[in-house]
Amino acid sequence: MDTETTILDRKTSSDHATLADKFNLDEPRVDWHDKTLWFIRKKRDKAASQLQEWEQLRAVASDIKNNVLANLHTYLLAFERNAQQNGITVHWASDAAEHNKIVHKIIEKTGIKQVVKSKSMLTEECHLNAYLKTQGIEVIDTDLGERIVQLAGEPPSHIVLPCIHWKKEEIGELFSHHLGTPEGNSDPQFLTAAARIHLRQHFMSSRLAITGVNFAVAETGEIVVCTNEGNADLGVQLADVHIACVGIEKIIPLRKHLGVFLRLLARSATGQPITTYSSHFQKPRKGQEMHIVLVDNGRSKRLGSADFRNALKCIRCGACMNTCPVYRRSGGHSYHYAIAGPIGAILAPGLDMKKHADLPFASTLCGSCSNVCPVKIDIHDQLYKWRQLLAQNRKVGITKRVGANTMAYILSHHTLYTFAGTAGRWLMKYVPFIISNRFNPWYKQREMPKPPEHSFARWYHQNRNFK
Amino acid sequence: MSSRDHILEVIRKNQPKGLPLQEIAFSDGEPFDKISKFTTVLESIGGTVIPINEWGEVEAYLNQRFSTEKRWVNLVPELRNLAPLADFTEDPHLLENVMVAILPGHFGVAENGAVWITEELMGDRALPFICEHLALIIRAENIFPTLHDAYTHIDKSQYGFGTYIAGPSKTADIEQSLVLGAHGPKSLMLFLITET
Repeated sequence: MDTETTILDRKTSSDHATLADKFNLDEPRVDWHDKTLWFIRKKRDKAASQLQEWEQLRAVASDIKNNVLANLHTYLLAFERNAQQNGITVHWASDAAEHNKIVHKIIEKTGIKQVVKSKSMLTEECHLNAYLKTQGIEVIDTDLGERIVQLAGEPPSHIVLPCIHWKKEEIGELFSHHLGTPEGNSDPQFLTAAARIHLRQHFMSSRLAITGVNFAVAETGEIVVCTNEGNADLGVQLADVHIACVGIEKIIPLRKHLGVFLRLLARSATGQPITTYSSHFQKPRKGQEMHIVLVDNGRSKRLGSADFRNALKCIRCGACMNTCPVYRRSGGHSYHYAIAGPIGAILAPGLDMKKHADLPFASTLCGSCSNVCPVKIDIHDQLYKWRQLLAQNRKVGITKRVGANTMAYILSHHTLYTFAGTAGRWLMKYVPFIISNRFNPWYKQREMPKPPEHSFARWYHQNRNFK
Repeated sequence: MSSRDHILEVIRKNQPKGLPLQEIAFSDGEPFDKISKFTTVLESIGGTVIPINEWGEVEAYLNQRFSTEKRWVNLVPELRNLAPLADFTEDPHLLENVMVAILPGHFGVAENGAVWITEELMGDRALPFICEHLALIIRAENIFPTLHDAYTHIDKSQYGFGTYIAGPSKTADIEQSLVLGAHGPKSLMLFLITET
């Protein structure tokens, strides 16, 4: 085992616990963040409860996605063939770097220097914007939330609500600096109107538009893009060239399956019955050039893992984030990956186990994520499985490793266990500072419980004959 | 080996054995009034539903609200008197000054207030998104209960471009405050033909 790759408990500047600590310095803000996301979770519950077939929908969606994983080879070939017949150029990218190069090559051929892009988590995953910048091409993100974080020089903190961690006063200040809005005006209506004017100029002048893809239909070769703002459509319909970037797992077999997924997506994401626009792009507009870039970036490898392949069913609704008690109180940036929250925590280690070894531990394993997931991904089980795998590969910190091993040893030795119990109770009673100090992470932000007078075993022994 | 062949090869090797696709069959559930459901849902997401019995009512409604000095674009033959039928040979960027666009939709979906419209009804793909206000017209009998029914109806038709439009464009990205009119239309009027 390579000990070089072992991450010690030495806090690096980028692990989840450290970044969450930073987020937690401002307690009222954490409360506000927590409540905002819980509000969205409740809207999701309300929308779900209005459909009596909700659970059946989830089951069907999960079955379809399982079928996709089992037949991905066939479906991808069918999608490619049908898309090509529709007049679309299909590209394949093994990894993020190849994806970025393909996109750049298409742009380069047109000579265009500024492009508009609607929300696409895949391009975040591939760091497309940063790459294009090095090639002298500016990307304007057109989703309002994404534009806000882009102006601030940050990545999105949530896959559906990119600037959920921003307060309107801060956005007012940001806009005043970048868009010239009057200082001190933080009215959402006003700021949105300012962004509309600002981005409309870019829609009008950009001849190339990049979009993500929510669903790619094998049967018809069409792609579906969902937005509330209409930014994907405004970008594409006014551009000469449309590039759609899609992860290979976004394929669904038949057009009619859109009925299942579109019923689940917006309800799970924000509690809306459907997004304002669900646009089906089957053929390019007359005179328009359309490209689809199919991206692997670790997905085909994950497909071979029985424990973790299910994560490929994800439709990126964000419901698992909104419900997660850890996400709500640590913020999206604490996950230091394009996709935050529980789903990000099981996706990221698949790409780089060492870099993201902390993420499967950013969970209480409460299982709420799995319960809201519209495609029934066993998210919390996978978090647990990642922890085991990380421990086997010595990717967990020394305290955790030694602690867990010691615990396992004590729990499997009866006399030692009894002694440890007695010792623990005595210590907590007479010298509590041995346990209640800053070196004990369990003492942080909470009081230790009062030690019981004696063990359960003793109590049981004394009481079992009494009725 | 090209990336394409390599990706496909790894997938072929790694994909699990799986179940065949099941037929999707959803119980119809409690029967509901499609028109009232459609109306309630669309109004709850920011749209306005205007039931009409004759074409003149569309004219009256729009004339009262929008200045005829501004640019109107109409694609409904029955409303030729209101605004001449548009003809699209021009650059879509020139549609930027359209105040009102009046378009026929194929059908509505009761459960989510969406209207399905394909490009031959739009004139130009950009129009429903670039106009300031959008008026859609459908017949009440063309409302389906759910999206499953909608896709059964769409079936295998070819459309180049088609979209569901459910209300005006909107965003809640700033502190979850709902604002209508993000990048697209600031209002959506849905004229529902109940007779005629």
